[in-house]
Amino acid sequence: MAERSFKAEVKHLRLGDGATFTGEGILAITKALLECGVGYVGGYQGAPISHLMDVLADAEDLLSELGVRFEANASEAAAAAMLAASVHYPIRGAVTFKGSVGVNVASDALANLASSGVTGGALIIVGEDYGEGSSIMQERSHAFAMKSQFWLLDPRPNLPSIVKAVGQGFELSEASNTPVMLMVRIRSCHVTGSFATRDNKRPPLTVRDALSEPRRDFSRVVLPPMSYAHEQDKIKNRWPAAEKFIVEEELNEQFGPKDAPVGIVLQGGMYNSVIRALQRLGLADIHGDTEVPLYVLNVTYPLVRDEFLAFCEGKDAVMVVEEGQPEFIEQGLSTMLYRAGSPVKLHGKDMLPMAGEYTGQVMLDGLTAFLRDAAPALLPDKVRAPNAEAEPIPDLSKTVPIRPPSFCTGCPERPIFAAMKLVEQESGKHQITGDIGCHLFATLPPFEIGGSTMGYGLGPASNAAFDGGGEKRAISFIGDGGFWHNGLSSSIGNMVFNKSDSVAVIVDNYYSAATGGQDIPSSRADNQTKSTKHPITEALKGVGVDWVRQVDRTYDVKKMRAVLQEALTTDHKGPKVIVASSECMLNRQRREKPLRAKAIKEKRRVEVPRFGVDEDICTGDHACIRLSGCPSLSLKRLDDPLRDDPVASIDQSCVGCGNCGEVADAAVLCPSFYQADVVHNPGPWERWRSNLSATVIGWLQGRRARGRIEFAEMAE
Amino acid sequence: MTVQEPILEGRTPDPKVDQIIKLAVMAVGGQGGGVLTNWIEAVGRAGGYAVQATSVAGVAQRTGATIYYIEMAPSGDRPPVFSLAPAAGDVDIIVAAEMMEAGRAILRGFVTPDRTTLIASTHRALAVSEKTVPGDGIASSEEVRAAAEIAAQRMIMFDMEKAAIEAGSVISASLFGALAGSGALPFAREDFEAAIRVSGRGVEPSLRAFASGYETARKSVSGEAESAETATTKGPAVRGPSRLMAEWNALAAEVGALPEAVRELALPGLRKVVDFQDMAYGRDYLGRVKAVLARDDAARDYLLTREAAKYIANAMAYDDVIRVADIKTRGSRFARVKAEVRVKDDTLLHLTEYMHPRAEEIAGMLPAGLGKRIEADPKWMARLDRWFNKGRRLRTDSLPSFAMLYMLGGMRGWRRRTLRHAIEMEHLENWLASALAHLPDNYDLAVEVLRCRRLVKGYSDTHARGLSKFDRVMEGVTLVAGRDDAADWTRRLREAALRDEKGEGLDGALQTVRSFV
Repeated sequence: MAERSFKAEVKHLRLGDGATFTGEGILAITKALLECGVGYVGGYQGAPISHLMDVLADAEDLLSELGVRFEANASEAAAAAMLAASVHYPIRGAVTFKGSVGVNVASDALANLASSGVTGGALIIVGEDYGEGSSIMQERSHAFAMKSQFWLLDPRPNLPSIVKAVGQGFELSEASNTPVMLMVRIRSCHVTGSFATRDNKRPPLTVRDALSEPRRDFSRVVLPPMSYAHEQDKIKNRWPAAEKFIVEEELNEQFGPKDAPVGIVLQGGMYNSVIRALQRLGLADIHGDTEVPLYVLNVTYPLVRDEFLAFCEGKDAVMVVEEGQPEFIEQGLSTMLYRAGSPVKLHGKDMLPMAGEYTGQVMLDGLTAFLRDAAPALLPDKVRAPNAEAEPIPDLSKTVPIRPPSFCTGCPERPIFAAMKLVEQESGKHQITGDIGCHLFATLPPFEIGGSTMGYGLGPASNAAFDGGGEKRAISFIGDGGFWHNGLSSSIGNMVFNKSDSVAVIVDNYYSAATGGQDIPSSRADNQTKSTKHPITEALKGVGVDWVRQVDRTYDVKKMRAVLQEALTTDHKGPKVIVASSECMLNRQRREKPLRAKAIKEKRRVEVPRFGVDEDICTGDHACIRLSGCPSLSLKRLDDPLRDDPVASIDQSCVGCGNCGEVADAAVLCPSFYQADVVHNPGPWERWRSNLSATVIGWLQGRRARGRIEFAEMAE
Repeated sequence: MTVQEPILEGRTPDPKVDQIIKLAVMAVGGQGGGVLTNWIEAVGRAGGYAVQATSVAGVAQRTGATIYYIEMAPSGDRPPVFSLAPAAGDVDIIVAAEMMEAGRAILRGFVTPDRTTLIASTHRALAVSEKTVPGDGIASSEEVRAAAEIAAQRMIMFDMEKAAIEAGSVISASLFGALAGSGALPFAREDFEAAIRVSGRGVEPSLRAFASGYETARKSVSGEAESAETATTKGPAVRGPSRLMAEWNALAAEVGALPEAVRELALPGLRKVVDFQDMAYGRDYLGRVKAVLARDDAARDYLLTREAAKYIANAMAYDDVIRVADIKTRGSRFARVKAEVRVKDDTLLHLTEYMHPRAEEIAGMLPAGLGKRIEADPKWMARLDRWFNKGRRLRTDSLPSFAMLYMLGGMRGWRRRTLRHAIEMEHLENWLASALAHLPDNYDLAVEVLRCRRLVKGYSDTHARGLSKFDRVMEGVTLVAGRDDAADWTRRLREAALRDEKGEGLDGALQTVRSFV
């Protein structure tokens, strides 16, 4: 089960002609796919496109009614490879993943797909994870379109435009026999709005039907001499066909007056930010009617020369608004102007920053700089001659702490890294690599374990240089998601093959947790449409790992530490692989909380654990926090003039995972922690026994209290 | 190229653009910022507004800083073009679900005096960097508040987390209430409540938290004095048998005769040591404090004695096995735990203590002479470790474990004879003596050395680390003693020692000291 249930959203997918969809951008795309008669859909989850996968996974009924195949692909490469179905068959297919990392993984298949060319429309929906909120390296997917010659759509970020782009994408793909990538940024995926829906369309040819009439054409296979022909075909036929379609169907848009001395060329995704800057400058109204001509590139690759040159005609200066680096579009447009001998002055990255997100302020500054230079009379007076500076607002940059993402309350990965930290306290620092997934948060304080992340499933592979062993063994961490994505072969299989002496820890939390809790082959949940419950240990043995240790409760810090120590010291030759398994707490709580509430209501016996700290015993050293970082384990300042430092304190959000107690014990920290289990609906015998204990304990307590001075706790 | 005069003239901004309401929610992942955003969207749409919301949740949902952004404007024939991200200087309403997130909003320029209503919960969700510092690393909420007073056009600040918890709900509901109560959105209270009802989950608790947030915000808007929770500074109630009460009153009267500056700390100090041991111990404490007072300077308002009263109490009430067992078995502690985890009549409480005694703790409980011999004998220590050193989970709600701890906690009569007591008293006397030794030449240095006692805390390894930091700072003190700025350097060394766990900051500071002495 994914992090959320999307049954409610699935209802939106059934809307037909004349209805209105209101919701998130990524769901609008999902609906648009069905309206376009898509025949198969797949992908690999990851922010910001996870919801597309999640909704489809919950929409199996609807998909089978329509004859649409939904595949949860093993990786982005596998997803892109699935588009091979559109090479020979006139079936529309769509896959989704995050960019640029997903595109990196997919690039092998994408390059082959682009060379072969497609018959049915092939759409790759990429959630471009760039700028604020991103979790990956800051790069552009744009380069992949350029190198493999497929087309890149970057629609204006509103639901009608995005939905329209899905349909246009399929048509463009079919018109030019080329796969099309539809790029949506993080905020576009999550932007809410409305669009008028149409009936869902059954694919004219379903993948099931296609199996009955298989087709093949070896001229589509990427082998010489066909590969040479493919390259020529791309340039001589597919590209011109694409340009023709883009111009005729008006995929790019122009706004504002025809005649003006200046103009702005922008990626479709930048439209709203550009309009906002113009609105603030008094050059656009609330509906986006602008005084400055705009040439909106809803297709950012290929660039259409004639269209662009026509836009530039009669203008003195044009600015290119292109987020990210390098400035592929600006370079392309410069070449066009230069070759045309145009006198138009082109601005762009000279006035806007080369790197980083184009936030509101950046955009306003950039456009102001451009207009001040090229058309100062357009600017409002206050911009031309700003008023005196307002009172300075105190600088809080030293005050406000950074807040990077971290393990959730009760996360089962926390004790793994607490154990690892304890091991390092005993036997010193080790060479440690991380992978992709929640466990990468261990590289941040308080654990600071792991010094690199090289790609999904590549944690152990990125330790390969150290596989020969040394005085201290190298350690790598990899998640269960990464293990099935790529890790089993690229990382573990080759540790076996190369007789690696290193240690690999597979963090198994039963889900692809970081991306929203999707099921994977080793998930423990029942899943109606997928085959789960395939133990990782079996797979390990299958690829030839002889030394495998399974830890079934990661919260047992002492055991976790012992297993790590064993792996680091054993005489065994070959890779040492530990599978550390406990369920993702976020998903576990989501699953168990309603069941627990129900059980309590039905008068069944339920124990609800929680941890606490005796503040009189805690001395405020915070050693426990340096082995935890749990959001529910925080600090509190005591109302006691004798105490300088805040003491540890556990808040209401504690789920009683046990890490605090285990760590206090394993690291011999302090006796401040206690575990309080509240027993709901205890049986009569248990109640009687407990009452008896309580009576005697109460009597003893009273007896001691009467023999001493007691200071009642401070009145609040 | 010569710039031509543009054909178009700059025009006045579209007044409708000013009708766009721009609202950002700054939250910590997991606080329910998404739910709040959905409610705000719903109330806007129901109120005839075109609304657009965006977020950059992603991986930040895992306890990171998250931001949700909403724009709305009265619906017309054509849809407005909204921005997908807040821009500095262009936000009307900031809803901050935590104090430092309010600070982050100010830092990012989203709060400006010309337009922004800042609605912020004053509670703190501490960042990891604040929590891991061995000393006090908590960021200053006061600084954020001071900045907010300058930056915001209007502000509504109170503890909305508390309001939510008291209503059995989560903060998104009380924030929504405060937003409604602020009057910053042009919708009626019922419209907001309708949005909660439509969402259909946890409606009743959410409405309660909403109401609480709403009322408090209304009061804040109408300028009604916040019902300042009058911090009742009445000291703790003292109870006990009359013989002991008489003794206590006598001791308390002695404290009453001390200068006021000293009294403030000597009374809690006295309480602490009497609670730790007994009346006689309290007398010892007062004796030590008075000995310092006798050498103190009224012109300095008895700063030295004040600090001595604080740290002598802490040193005398050290953390030994007896104290831990005593605290763990008290009736008042049981009552507090029960209240904290909300044990009701129809439920039972299982209470598990996580203990891990080592040989050192056992040896510390032995008579000083014997304990010293055993501690010096590795064989015996190994034996003790074998017998005792393991994690023990004691169920103090059950008789056997309770009885064991109860007995340990009752060994206060034995305490003064133990090895641990001897060690602690020796350390105390040495520390006190070395502080007072500076008194004739450098009053401030004596005060700073007293304050270094703050470094000694924790149990087992942590305690050992604290002691070693203390020793190293004291070494540093001998290096700088005699200099005019010795007190300042001592303070710097101490603060460096509290900055990180391993003492790297302290090493650096000591290196600096060595470079110039």
